[in-house]
Amino acid sequence: MASLITCPHCGVRPKEEFAIRGDASRGRPEPMDSDEAWHDYVYVRANPRGRTFEHWHHIAGCRRFLVVERDTATHEVYSVVDAVEFLQRAER
Amino acid sequence: MTGYRLSSGGLVDRSQSLSFTFEGRPLRGFAGDTLASALLANDQLLVGRSFKYHRPRGIVSAGPSEPNALVTIGSGARTDANTKATVAELYGGLTANSQNRWPSLGFDVGAVSGLLSPFLGAGFYYKTFMWPKQFWERVYEPFIRRAAGLGRAVLEPDPETYEKSWAFCDLLVVGAGPSGLMAALTAGRAGLRVIVADEDFRLGGSLLSTTETIDGGAASVFADRAVAELQSLPNVTLLSRTTVFGWYDDNVFGAVERVQKHVAEPSSKHVSERVWRIVAKRALLATGAEERPLVFGGNDRPGVMMAGAMTTYAERYGVAAGKSVAIFTSGSAGYRTARALSAKGVAIAAIVDARAESGDRAPDGIRVIRSASIVDTKGRQRLKGIVVERSGFEELIACDAVGMSGGWSPVVHLACQRGAKPIWSEELQAFTAPDVGGGLRPVGAANGVFTLAGCLSDGAEKAAAVAAELGLNVTPAAPPVVDGEETSSFVALWYVPGAKSKAFVDFQNDVHAKDLGLALREGFGHVEHAKRYTTNGMATDQGKLSNINAVGILAGMRGVSPAEVGTTTFRPFYTPVSFGALAGAARDEHAVPARKSPLHGWATKNGATFVEAGLWYRSAWFPRAGEKTWRESVDREVLNVRANVGLCDVSTLGKIEVFGPDAAEFLNRLYCNPVLKLPVGKARYGLMLREDGFVFDDGTVSRFDEEHFFVTTTTAMAGPVMAHMEYCAQALWPELEVRFTSSTDQWAQMAVAGPKAPAVLQQIVDGDISDDAFPFLSARKIVLKSGVSARLFRISFSGELAFELAVPAGYGEAVADQIMEAGRPHDICAYGVEALNVLRLEKGLLTHAEFDGRVTPDDAGLGRMLSMQKADFIGKRLSARYGLTAADRMQLVGLKPVDADKDMRAGAHLLKEGTKPSTLNDQGWVSSAGFSPVLGHAIALAFLKSGRERYGEKVIVFDKLRDQEIVAEVCDPVFVDPQNMKLKA
Repeated sequence: MASLITCPHCGVRPKEEFAIRGDASRGRPEPMDSDEAWHDYVYVRANPRGRTFEHWHHIAGCRRFLVVERDTATHEVYSVVDAVEFLQRAER
Repeated sequence: MTGYRLSSGGLVDRSQSLSFTFEGRPLRGFAGDTLASALLANDQLLVGRSFKYHRPRGIVSAGPSEPNALVTIGSGARTDANTKATVAELYGGLTANSQNRWPSLGFDVGAVSGLLSPFLGAGFYYKTFMWPKQFWERVYEPFIRRAAGLGRAVLEPDPETYEKSWAFCDLLVVGAGPSGLMAALTAGRAGLRVIVADEDFRLGGSLLSTTETIDGGAASVFADRAVAELQSLPNVTLLSRTTVFGWYDDNVFGAVERVQKHVAEPSSKHVSERVWRIVAKRALLATGAEERPLVFGGNDRPGVMMAGAMTTYAERYGVAAGKSVAIFTSGSAGYRTARALSAKGVAIAAIVDARAESGDRAPDGIRVIRSASIVDTKGRQRLKGIVVERSGFEELIACDAVGMSGGWSPVVHLACQRGAKPIWSEELQAFTAPDVGGGLRPVGAANGVFTLAGCLSDGAEKAAAVAAELGLNVTPAAPPVVDGEETSSFVALWYVPGAKSKAFVDFQNDVHAKDLGLALREGFGHVEHAKRYTTNGMATDQGKLSNINAVGILAGMRGVSPAEVGTTTFRPFYTPVSFGALAGAARDEHAVPARKSPLHGWATKNGATFVEAGLWYRSAWFPRAGEKTWRESVDREVLNVRANVGLCDVSTLGKIEVFGPDAAEFLNRLYCNPVLKLPVGKARYGLMLREDGFVFDDGTVSRFDEEHFFVTTTTAMAGPVMAHMEYCAQALWPELEVRFTSSTDQWAQMAVAGPKAPAVLQQIVDGDISDDAFPFLSARKIVLKSGVSARLFRISFSGELAFELAVPAGYGEAVADQIMEAGRPHDICAYGVEALNVLRLEKGLLTHAEFDGRVTPDDAGLGRMLSMQKADFIGKRLSARYGLTAADRMQLVGLKPVDADKDMRAGAHLLKEGTKPSTLNDQGWVSSAGFSPVLGHAIALAFLKSGRERYGEKVIVFDKLRDQEIVAEVCDPVFVDPQNMKLKA
């Protein structure tokens, strides 16, 4: 895990200021989506080795949800963006 | 060995004599001594007993790798156990005691376990103490713990203070020896922000103990000049007494600075220790190299010491380790020590060289025995002689100390703490630092450069390279001229064959060479297995001296290269760090802050007994004169609320203000019940679910105007609900125009409950609050007669006609006082959370005792709140799952004991009459229970399988924890006023 996270709003901050929620890569299904889609969304989590996208909540800072793109093996952080920007990028 | 102070020399200040005690014995040393050098100077050889066999042990090293000389320093609350005497700076008044001995250091009863040693081989704990099983807890473990202890912690609170700091730099130099100082000078002169950290109290590293000269003067003079120049540079920070213990992601280093560990009376103006987190753009690992011990028979006898340590004691501290010293070496370093000691007038008994030939020069007239080895040592608590074996012939040589040298290992721990393994070098016969990129590079001896001139130029060049990477053009300063340069060649010698007595690999954990053989024979030959099987390297020194020899011995036995055996895993911390330093300032109320309600003063005045609820202090009950038990107070408070009126502090509930054109839509998606159409000026009970369909939290939603809502949460879930709302607003539905903020601490909120509540409040509030003007579930901004702006809610958690009044926090106590005053003619009482709990229990109202994460709205009897007509809300989809709608789920019921004098407690399980307690027969559980003063008997809320169909049935309330079984009748969970006549009266 990284020691330092560059928050797009607050700058370089220590990891202790954040709470990690988990996988940010999948969106919430639509209400009428299949049982499988909802089951996966609520219960099934991958535990990948390598590059992941996670929601990090800057609880002791701006209280924004950020999406941290990092490598679970090397701990390298590739990018940190606000969750809203992450959603907008996904839509584009 | 006979240690003594040389008549001259050393870097100690002989004009400053310091008194200290060891084992109560008054001794003297000099400023600049370590405790170890002062003990040696006083001929105190025996410093401890070994862990397993309680063998007598003496000082082995002159630094942080010391396995034997662990002592307890200080007394009372200022006691530091397991302190290495070799790094403890001597100060006047220091008191030190040895450890792990009983009844005394000289005579130790536990030493008889040495006689039992044939039965105490590797893995003996696992094999011996297996049976009989019950003996483990009662006999074996207490015995082992008493026998195999190190220092004891004291029970008094630590009087010292600690802190944590961040530091930022371009270049961190770890170690202030020749390479580190040259690197710091080069980078500092170039203008880089440099931090130099060194664990010693005097900077200079090996420069302080070498016989080599620099620029025609003593190497220590060069070190002092370098330090003085670095001190003059504003961009350079020197941290002495600072151990860099860990290397973490993003090139962040952890270091501990012992600010005041070297003074008898610490000043309250400074902390005792400080933990640094150093963010470094680049770092150089200038940690030097560690000399290897030799594994020969009897090598743990007090008097056997590292050859380099002997040089250090002589050159830096002016202390001789013996009057007649033998050297046992497999390289040039042993000769170097012999020459240094000889020059100081110390007699050299012989140099025993494991090699057949070498170009190393012995001091004139000293006997060199080549192709030879020591196979045993003589003496008990101090060395008296050695048995040297050569070509099958043994010879006894009298001496009182042995300096041993088995070659050198670069100190590369930090570079291996993030997963990379050290790399075996055939050429150097040592493990070297892995390539971990530009962030951290080894330099000097840590980089396998073993000459002084080489270290100086390597330091300068590496620092210049760092400066270039950071955009500065620097030519490395010409390195100073070294005279009397020593070479440093050796032949790796992992095990000295022919041992006539135990040959120790790990001194601190008493692991000898045969233990490793046993591990291999029994299938634990992998280096990580061997470590755990034998405990080699698992002591507080983390095997700084022993690990490399263990690897070499395993490699030899398996017939492979050390490269194939590899090393065990390196992890922080490099040396032990005190818990106090790691905790920093986060102690007591700074670790767990006390949250006090704005009405805390009011509650205190009214005699409240407080209860901790998370971080909060909540008023639990308000005892009055003559009340002997808490129950008497609580019963009175409950009955008074039902008959008259009471005031309760509910400020700790979470409060969140929600604004925006989409605020209604946002909340409608968060709560399972409808919120969209909530009229302005109204409040509503709300239930939030998790996405899996179970209840997350409950509270109220009030609407002050079209775009301003106010929601409350339970006290415990205030934080999680806020985070959940932020997640939904930011990561799920950013298109909604909504903003919200916590206002928990901004409002003092009080419940005024009971039939006389309107009469009391009407005296305070400006405007009509009669039932017509301010009916049940009204929620409005109001003004008090005093002019204070407030919010009034007609909501109830007691079943009584009740209000909650919120005023800005600062006005809380004054308004509460006013209400108590206005209420006096109406017999108002203050009531606490215990009475609050009984009141809600009598009404079957729910808390997180019921909403424990396994309960759906329908389980709790709130199924009608689920608004399945809504397009979507959190938890909607999975609420419809079969498992969450099955008829045999546990449902909320009430319980009353068949015998009215029987008691029930939360946590009890429910059984059908006539069945035995078992998981299979389990019918449910009691979630909350208490005594109802209105009914005069115990009542409980419980979850019972298909419970709503079973009113009237008798069940067993089975409480194994209290060994209690009673029969109770299942009933409706609303015990008092089921028609809600009082609520809307």
